[in-house]
Amino acid sequence: MTGDGVIRVGVSSRPLAPDEILDSVTSEGDGAVLLFTGTVRNHNRDRPVVTLTYEAYRDMAEAELERIASEALERFDVSRVAAVHRTGSLQPGEASVAIAIAAPHRDACYEASRYMIEELKGRLPIWKRETYADGSSRWLGGERPPELEAESHPGPDA
Amino acid sequence: MPSIRVSVRFFAQHREQVGASEREFDLPPGATVRELLERMRDTESGRVLPDRPTVAVNLEYAPLDRALESGDEVALIPNVAGG
Repeated sequence: MTGDGVIRVGVSSRPLAPDEILDSVTSEGDGAVLLFTGTVRNHNRDRPVVTLTYEAYRDMAEAELERIASEALERFDVSRVAAVHRTGSLQPGEASVAIAIAAPHRDACYEASRYMIEELKGRLPIWKRETYADGSSRWLGGERPPELEAESHPGPDA
Repeated sequence: MPSIRVSVRFFAQHREQVGASEREFDLPPGATVRELLERMRDTESGRVLPDRPTVAVNLEYAPLDRALESGDEVALIPNVAGG
């Protein structure tokens, strides 16, 4: 299956349409289609959250999302992958990320979906600021992206 | 010897602390990301630099020994929080 997979990724300020993302990977050749959506919670450690604002380094986030999707196609027996991340100000209940995977069989769908969301959370250059009911707000701590070793392989210009 | 010019982009808390989303720096030819960060520490942008900064060059995470070329887009990446 490797090599003929289909990838569709995006980072957008428009509301996500998870059903369209799901439709975009569905085909008659696959027996399993899986949709994951991450949504905004109305609380964080007992503190009421009224708005979650996502800021992205958009061009890089799309490039990194495409790299993660390519890795999922290589690692798992899946045929189509779609992933879209939202930016801007979101209310509780709104979808911030959607990942759809299609595969001949269900096991690969679950594995690839889990891989995509974990890698995405640890690598996409996206940040979020929570605004609370009292009007205060703060950037969330987040995760440190993976450490890169010193360049041991030749770069494109070497 | 002609110098190279690179842009550095700031995001989230870094952007707010610097008060700008982008700055340009002139460096000697062959300068690495590490040398750029040392140069930045001498400027007001340097106060946002963590001890171990994460950096991207031209839309991809890059190690500190990556050699820069004129026109490269460098980005200082705060801890990420997508999802």
